[in-house]
Amino acid sequence: MIPVDGYLAPALPEVWFGTLLFAFAMYVFLDGFDFGLGMVYATRDDEAEREQLLAAFGPVWDANEVWLVAFGTLLVAAFPAVYAALLSGHYLAVFGLLFALLARGVAGEFRELNDDPEWRRICDRLFVVGSVAAPFCLGLIAGGWVFGSGIVGLPSLVTGLALVGLSFVAGTAYAALKTRGDLRADALALGRPATAAYLGTLLALVATLVALDPLGAGGRLFDPAPLAAAAATVALPVVGLALAARNRVRAWLWSVGLGAGSLVLLVGTLLYPHAYPATGLTVRDAVAAPVTLNLLTLVAGPFLFVVLGYFVVLYTVFSGPVEESETGYGG
Amino acid sequence: MFALGFVLGTVTGIPLSFQFGTNFAAFSTFAGEVIGGPLAFETFMAFFLEAVFLGILLFGRDRVSDRLYVGSSVLVMAGAWASAFWILVVNAWMQTPRGYELVERGGETLVRLTDPVAAFTTPRLPWLYVHMTNAAVVSVSLLIAGVAAYFVWANEESEPWAHALRVSVAVLAVAGVFQVIHGDAYTRHVVQTQPMKFAAMEAAYQTKQGAPLHLIAFPRNLGDILDPRAENLVSVSIPYMASMLASMGDPNAVVYGLEEFDVESPPVAVVFWSFRTMVTLGFWFILLGVWGVYRLRKGRLATRSRHLQLLWLSTPLGFVAIVVGWYVTEVGRQPWTIQDLLKTDAAVSPSVTGIEAALSLGGFITLYLLLLAGFLAGCKWLVDEELERIDEATAGAVAEPDVTPDPTEPVPDSGGDGP
Repeated sequence: MIPVDGYLAPALPEVWFGTLLFAFAMYVFLDGFDFGLGMVYATRDDEAEREQLLAAFGPVWDANEVWLVAFGTLLVAAFPAVYAALLSGHYLAVFGLLFALLARGVAGEFRELNDDPEWRRICDRLFVVGSVAAPFCLGLIAGGWVFGSGIVGLPSLVTGLALVGLSFVAGTAYAALKTRGDLRADALALGRPATAAYLGTLLALVATLVALDPLGAGGRLFDPAPLAAAAATVALPVVGLALAARNRVRAWLWSVGLGAGSLVLLVGTLLYPHAYPATGLTVRDAVAAPVTLNLLTLVAGPFLFVVLGYFVVLYTVFSGPVEESETGYGG
Repeated sequence: MFALGFVLGTVTGIPLSFQFGTNFAAFSTFAGEVIGGPLAFETFMAFFLEAVFLGILLFGRDRVSDRLYVGSSVLVMAGAWASAFWILVVNAWMQTPRGYELVERGGETLVRLTDPVAAFTTPRLPWLYVHMTNAAVVSVSLLIAGVAAYFVWANEESEPWAHALRVSVAVLAVAGVFQVIHGDAYTRHVVQTQPMKFAAMEAAYQTKQGAPLHLIAFPRNLGDILDPRAENLVSVSIPYMASMLASMGDPNAVVYGLEEFDVESPPVAVVFWSFRTMVTLGFWFILLGVWGVYRLRKGRLATRSRHLQLLWLSTPLGFVAIVVGWYVTEVGRQPWTIQDLLKTDAAVSPSVTGIEAALSLGGFITLYLLLLAGFLAGCKWLVDEELERIDEATAGAVAEPDVTPDPTEPVPDSGGDGP
């Protein structure tokens, strides 16, 4: 029933490598705006405004976070050796990410259980710290993956900052889409400095790559494919700002999302044909045997589209700004 | 409480998808081609389903039709049960592996899938799936019964909680009895497929015909606590009983002892006591359930009684039983990570240092204790709030007797809905 002697299609390993990056991009963008919401949250101290932000965050964060699990489980299924080396090689950053996600996830839920101000202050702090630490740790891992620079290497640190910046931009756009009144106006205004900061981290990343040339990534940056991806990565958030200035907030969020996709595409073009350059493993070296990959294609493949359908339902149900009655978590 | 439990389940479940890689890199490289598929299927068939529709279930009441709302609750349940299925496919394969071959790749030996159907439906799977899902039913019916008992104890007039108590006690009785009968048969399957695990469960060192069942047992020598020798055991035992249980009735059946196996033994005390704790709790749940059904038939279930008191004191014990049950399964399989195929000391990440492992373990212990404390505090606040609410509701009903059937009182639908 499942062909065991060859891949269903000759390019199946590359297709799954691309799918893996797609899951990563979905995560970086979707949970990115959750993280960014946590950063916007830190700038507000009005209780009603915080409740609005939490009501925007509540219904979607859990679903968004599953894209990280999708990335992890697709990685172990399709490229087990990369999964093992990448995660064990960035041990502390992975646990930093997991602990940050844990803190961020429970803080919103715990907060609403008691209205003692001291309790809420603790929960708020957890929420904000988790929202900043998670994208930073994710960037450390991604930097180590692409540039082989470990957890504390400069390229990894700058990648960490870039993901914090990206999340901040996405968070301001999402906050502007989901809120009303002063909060919405301030989120729109915050988009400009956030985008400037994000572009600054991208510039720092390019400078680091050119100066240090980790694993030859600095040189390859100017090949046509990475260059195009890099140009889109920089251009799309700027286009987004122009859209935001015309009050087209949904289009702004989309263009930030496509910008996040371009950043991951840049990662992919810098990696390929390697799956994990630091270990010398190419996509073809590391990919699972035909029977496993064919099975993954036939069983998980269709569900990938079903899952995208779930997200259409989710974001249709929770489209538009948060209603007055929805302030609060679990309301 | 459902929402709180679900969020904690999510945030503590996500690390699992990564710990195979962080801490068991050698295992992931070795067996990734077999276990990766089911893990990915779990994500795409179950995890997304749960997470997306939980959002709608908890936050979407005013935004969706009744039909989509009810549908979401069913989908969350379907996702949870499918999730248990795929994760247990992986665990069952690690207990009774098949459908694979060993191949050389890049100088390393690893497992390659040869027959996915055989690998994903191993002999252990039906035992594990039925035992685990029914354990979940037992634990949650006890949780609901315990909370309901607490409220009924506090206020006997609260009809919704009396109703919850009746339903949950009946479910507890049926599922509790089934769990013990099924567990007995499951143990015989373990005798056949993992005799060394059974030897550890029974602290049997020497192979014997007519082996006794130790109710309790301690080694004379403290140094043997994790690896007891039978001749040094102080025990209270039922003669022939272990043989009878292992063979379905033959008092002279052979029970293989740990001495038969030429690999190091699992830490016997952990397995032995975990097993006894689980079984004792299993019988305790039957007692609570059957006693409850008896009182229900007498029409006295929802009145203050010793039974109600014991019920609410036992609220968390279902979860204790699940945890010690997993200790039996996982510690009992040591030294193997994959039975007869990969030992645990060969499964861990070679590059991870002791300091890193200690840091992450310390982090987990600290965070999970904080989560537990937060969860318990949260439950207490929710219970206190509800207590005030039902006191007000019933006080109102007493003051105005002609409005006793309170229309604002929702009929509990036995599923957990959001706060």
